[in-house]
Formats: sequence, C-alpha cells, structure tokens
Amino acid sequence: MVPLSWYLIVAALLFGIGVYGVLARKNAVAILIGLELMFNAVLVNVLAFWRYLQPTGTAGLVFAVVIFAVAAAEVAVGLALFIAVYRRFGSSDVDDINLLKW
Amino acid sequence: METKILWLLPLSPLVAFALIVLFAHRNRALSHTLAILSVVLSWAGSMFVFWRALQVGAEHLAEEPFHSVINWLPIGNGFFRLGVQLDPLAAIVLFFVAWTIVMIFIYSVGYHNFGQPEGDHDEKGLPPHGATVEHNGHKHKVPSIEPMYSRFFAFVSLFAFGMYLLVVSDNLLTLFAGWEIMGLCSFLLIGFWFKKPSARDAAIKAFMTTRVGDVFMLLGIAYLYTQVGSLRYADIFNPETLHHLATHPAPVLGMSAAGLIGLLLFIGTVGKSAQWPLHVWLPDAMEGPTPVSAMIHAATMVSAGVYLTIRIFPLLAAAGHETAFTSPMPIIAFIGAFTALFAATIAVAQNDIKRVLAYSTISQLGYMVAAVGIGAYVAAAFHLVTHAFFKALLFLGSGSVIHGMEHGVLHTGQHIDPQNMYNMGGLRRKMPITFWTFLIGGFALSGFPVVTAGFWSKDEILSEAFGLGHMGVFWTLAIAAFLTAFYTMRQITLTFLGRPRTEAAAHAHETPLTMTGPLMVLAVFAVAFGWLGVPEHFPILGHMLPAWFQEWVGATFHGIVPEHGELTFSYFPLTVSLVVALGGLLVGWLVYRGVQRADQPDPLERVLGPIYGLLENKYYFDELYTYLLVKPAYWFGAVFTFRWMDRTLIDNNLHAIAYLSWRLGNFLRNRIDLPIVNGLGDAIAEGTKGAGRLLRVVQSGRVQHYMLMALVNAAALLALVYYFVARS
Repeated sequence: MVPLSWYLIVAALLFGIGVYGVLARKNAVAILIGLELMFNAVLVNVLAFWRYLQPTGTAGLVFAVVIFAVAAAEVAVGLALFIAVYRRFGSSDVDDINLLKW
Repeated sequence: METKILWLLPLSPLVAFALIVLFAHRNRALSHTLAILSVVLSWAGSMFVFWRALQVGAEHLAEEPFHSVINWLPIGNGFFRLGVQLDPLAAIVLFFVAWTIVMIFIYSVGYHNFGQPEGDHDEKGLPPHGATVEHNGHKHKVPSIEPMYSRFFAFVSLFAFGMYLLVVSDNLLTLFAGWEIMGLCSFLLIGFWFKKPSARDAAIKAFMTTRVGDVFMLLGIAYLYTQVGSLRYADIFNPETLHHLATHPAPVLGMSAAGLIGLLLFIGTVGKSAQWPLHVWLPDAMEGPTPVSAMIHAATMVSAGVYLTIRIFPLLAAAGHETAFTSPMPIIAFIGAFTALFAATIAVAQNDIKRVLAYSTISQLGYMVAAVGIGAYVAAAFHLVTHAFFKALLFLGSGSVIHGMEHGVLHTGQHIDPQNMYNMGGLRRKMPITFWTFLIGGFALSGFPVVTAGFWSKDEILSEAFGLGHMGVFWTLAIAAFLTAFYTMRQITLTFLGRPRTEAAAHAHETPLTMTGPLMVLAVFAVAFGWLGVPEHFPILGHMLPAWFQEWVGATFHGIVPEHGELTFSYFPLTVSLVVALGGLLVGWLVYRGVQRADQPDPLERVLGPIYGLLENKYYFDELYTYLLVKPAYWFGAVFTFRWMDRTLIDNNLHAIAYLSWRLGNFLRNRIDLPIVNGLGDAIAEGTKGAGRLLRVVQSGRVQHYMLMALVNAAALLALVYYFVARS
C-alpha cells in the first residue's frame, strides 16, 4: 500500500487549487467549481483516513456520503443564488457585486 | 399753653400742604378749604398768642419770652437744642405775618377764578386764557379757572409753613430751614406757569441769586456755631457771649468775630431781601401769579431778610461798638441807602404795573436795611410791619387791576398786555373799591402825612438818620422818598385817573368780594397801624397817642444793645419828609395827567433823554451779570466740565480701556481659543475620521476579499496555536 501521506498531500494540493479557484476567479461559476474541488479534496482526505485507520467501520463511509450530499445541495443553492444575482446585476463578474461596501 | 400753640402754628399749613398733595388734589373746593382753614387756624393761634403777649407786657416778655425747647440732636456730651420762642419783636412780626397770609389766601380764591368754567384750551403750566360761554344765544369769553388750582394752594401752604417756622423759631438753624423752604416755594411759585420759558428762567434766577446769599449766610451760621457752641438766640444774645464775639478777632477784613458773622448773615439778607447787588431776581419774580408776588415779595419772604437783620442787631451793634475792629454797620447802611435810591430811580421808568411795585419793594427794603445800619432797629421794625401791610395791599390791588383788564381783554378780544399801565386809564370809575384801596396803599407808600401808616414809619427812619448825624443816609433816603412818591403817583395816575386809553380798559369791571374784601381789610391796617407808633415829640398828636410800638419792640433787646440817649427833636426831617412826599405826589400827578394815548412815549423820556433808557433797562445789571457770571458758568459747565473733562479725559480713558480689552479678547480668541482648544478637539475627531477613512478600504464589498482575509487570519491563528499551545 501506498503511504497515507501521499493521499493527504494530494488532497492538500487539490484543496489548494480549489482555494485558488475560489479566491482568484472572476466568474461565479468558476468559483463554484473551485468550491467543488475543495469539497472533493476533503472527500479524498476523509476516505483516505477511513481506509487506512478504520477500514472495517462504516463511520467514514457515512461521513463521505454526507459530504457528497451536502456538496450537491450547496451547489444547487449556490447556482440558484448566482442566477438571482445575475438577473439583478446583468453580469457574471463577482467584482461587480460590491454593494455592501462602505 | 402759649408755647404749645407756638409749636402748632407752622404745623397747620404743613398739614394742609400734605393733605392737599396726597388726597385733595383733584377736588378744588376741598383744596382751598383746607388751605384757608389751616391759615385761619394759624391766624387764630397767632392772635391768641399775641394777646397773651400783650397781657404779659413788653419788659417781662423780653426777659422771659414764651419758649419751649427740645433736645434734638445728641452731640458729644450734650444735645443740640432747638425750639420755639416769642419775644416782643417776634410777636409783632407774627401779627403781620398772620394777617397778610390769611388775606392773601382768601384773595387767591378769587384771583384764580374759582367758580368759573374751565377754559377752552387751557393747559396746565400756562395761565388760563378764558372760556367761551353762551348767554342768550350770544357767545362771549369769560375768565376761566386756573387749571393747577390745587397745586397753587398746596405750594402757598408750604410757603406759609416756612414763614411761620421762621418766625417762631428760637434758633438760627430752624430759621435757616424756614428760610430755605421759602426759597424753594418761591422757586415753585415763580415758575408756577412752568410752560412759559420766562417763568422758568425767572424761577431759576430767583433761586440761584438767593442761593448766593444763602451760602454766605450758612458760613456765618457755621462760624457762629464754632464760636458759641449753640445757635439759640438765648445763648447768643447775652452780654457775655456778645462781648466775647466782639473782642475775638476774625481772620478777614480786620473785623471782629461778631462783625464777620453779622456781615455774613447780612449777605443772606442781601440775597433774600433783594438788596443791591443781589436785587436782580425780584423784578423777574413778577412772572408768578400776583398773590405770589404779594406773599413772597411784599409780606413775608423778603421781610424775613429784614427780620433776620433786626434779630441779629445786638451782634451788629456789639461789633460796631468796639472801635478797634471794622464795623459792619456802615456797609449795611450803605447798601440799604444805595439800594433805596437805586431801585427808586429804576421804578420811575417801568411801565408794567407789577414791576413798579417790585422795584418799590426793593427800595423800601433798602430803607429798612439802612435804618438797621444806622442803629435805628426799632424804626426798621416799624417800617417792616407797615410796609408789609401796604405793599401786600398794593400787590393785591394790582392783581385786581390786572384781573379787571384781563376781563376787558377777553371781552373785546384785543391782544394787549393787561399789565402795561399805558393800556389802562380811567379805572377809577370801573373799579372803585380797587381804586380807593390802591390809593390808600399808594399814599402809605409815599408817606402821605398822618392818615397813612407809611408816613409814620418812614418819618421815623428819616428822623433817626438826621438825629444820629448820618447825613449821607438822610439825604439819600429823602431823595428816594421823593422818587417813591413820584412813581407812585405816576402809577396811580396812569392806571386809575384820566380816561381809558384802550377798549379793554373801557370794559374792565370790579373784581368779586373774595378779592376786594382782603383789599379793604389791608387798607384798614395801612391807615391805622401807623398810629401805634406816634413819637412823643410829634406836635399835637404826640401827646395824645402813646408811642406803643417803639416801647414794645424797643424792649426786646433791652440790656444787650448799647443805648443811645434821647435824640433832640428837630422839625427839619419832618419838614423834609412832608415836602418830598407831597411834592413827589404833586409832580407825579402833574406830569402824567396829560397822557392820552397808549402808544405815546413817556413824558420823562424827553426830559431825561438817554438816562431814561438806562433806567428802563435797569442800568443793564442783568446784562452785566450775564456777561460776568452766567456765561462763564455755562462755559464751565458746557466746555470745561462736559467737553474737556468728561468727554475727552474720562470717556477717552474708558474708550482706551475698552479698546485694549477688545484687542486682548481677540487675541485670546483667535490665537489661543480657536487653534489650541478647538483645534485639539477637532484633531481628535479628524484623526478618528482619517483613521476610519484609511481602514474603510478593507470593506470592499467583494466576497473574495473577505474570504481571503478569513483564510489569512485562520492560518495565522493556526500557526499561533500550533507553535505556542500544541507544541508544549
């Protein structure tokens, strides 16, 4: 078996790319994609820990399924929000949504 | 009993004054009732006291006058005492004061037209102009009631208080108080018609001029007090005190203390009795209503001056007796005689009926003063009393004449001066009672022999002057007597005799009883009073009638005045007196009986030429005083005090202080208050705002920024926890 740390590093890299996508992209959909990446990285992390530390238990698997479901739900909500915002502002650029500034 | 009444005599008119001013002011009938009632009470009291004095007798009264003293002011170890006193001199003065005051009050009711309607456009402060009355469809003007009727009675009541106070007082302080009260009332009453500028000016002039005299009088009183320690007559007029005063030297003029005090007190008389050089106020004082002229300038106030001089005669005599010091008596005699002649010459050229009488008063007071100056104080007192009666009679008579003329003026609508004698004439037929009483008064003034009181008193003065050898005084007074008779007859002729020279005179009619009644009463005194003082050596009558007056008044200063022996009788002064009196009357009648028209020049103008102008303008004394005294006083007040000291010195100092304060304030405000104090507060606020402005940038509204910041903060927090908490 491959050492655990390899999975963890991959997951971290994925998380990092996801963070970059969230923080540095203009398009809201791209931010959501980054968000998905972060979710998936976390998923990899959880499953790695399950497999290497407690493979017989079901807690890890259940946790992964929950994360999965939450991610899906969140994207749905995020896209709905984004559509509403897009209808309001007419642009998909998040830099334009800055009404709550000083 | 008598002393109780003496205390109450001045109180009665004072109470009337207070009641009128406080309560009765709106009710004219009540005002005059209160006033007349009060003086009638005082008159009754005076008569009672006088009768009691007669009972007691002159010598006894002189030694033991009715007196009552109170401890008034605590001073040092003792008291300053004052009170009332009646000795023979005061008794006789009280007699004439009481009678004349009552007569004048009753006269004033008619003079101010009580019972007449209110005027058409009368206003308070101006003489009444007349009211239009409908009578059977025919309108004509009648005299109107004086608008300030009650005020008049209030003022004359106060005046009566002052005079009674002066007469009953036993010390110089209350005498001075009464003196000054009368001065105030003369101011108020001369300026009674206060909206007339001439009346206002005359009132101020009277007050100021008498004030000059009063200042010196007060100095005399003060000096006397320092020398004697008391102001009561009993303490001053006794031989020891008089001797001390007469021998003690005074620092001025080489006089003894008695002489200086006498002179200073006499200067008060010069002011009050209008002697030269302080005579200027009395003619102008004719601006007041005629009862005022009678009261103040005939009967009472000016008499008070002579009364004072007679009262202090022992002091003057003591000062005159010691030969080492300068005596004040020659000065007094000179001023008296000079004034007598001076005023008589002016009276000859006056055309206003009251002005003639004013100068006549000045002249007659000069007679009295001259009599005191030569030592004949009894004669002076005699003339004082007779003069009071006949001069009051003459003034009231002139008021009656003016009233009659004003009635004529209102009736005819002619605008002439009702007081100018040239506008009169023929009033003998129109106003008979006035004519006869005025004639009696005028003859008394001229010294018509035997049947008038003035003859006896004037003759006495002339005899004393001749007998004591004062020839200068004798001839001066004799010439003045001639002029007196002359101008009196001039007055009577122009006013009453001949034919009316104007329509107004033709329409004059007699005044009511309330005015003619007092005239008749005073005429009785003007005739009869002289018979009380017939000297013994007078042919025929001297043996029939006792010289009561001389004995009565002569007893007052018995023992404290150096006696002079009996004067050798001579027919010379009597002859001179008769010649000047009758001669003056005759010449006056002859010169003036030919005056036909009102606008004709005076017959004397042709005779005297330029001198007439000098007389008519009163020797230009008013102009001289204006130039010498009044204008410098105005300059001092307007320029020196107001412009230079007040506005320039004082005000500019204040401006400078204000300016410096303003500069300081500005400095404090602009350099300290605003920048530092305000600046500090503002800096704090601005700093906060600036900080906020800087920090505001963080809130960009962009979610990604917020997320980035959260990430950074979380990493930092995690690192902190890892390195400081988890590791250990």
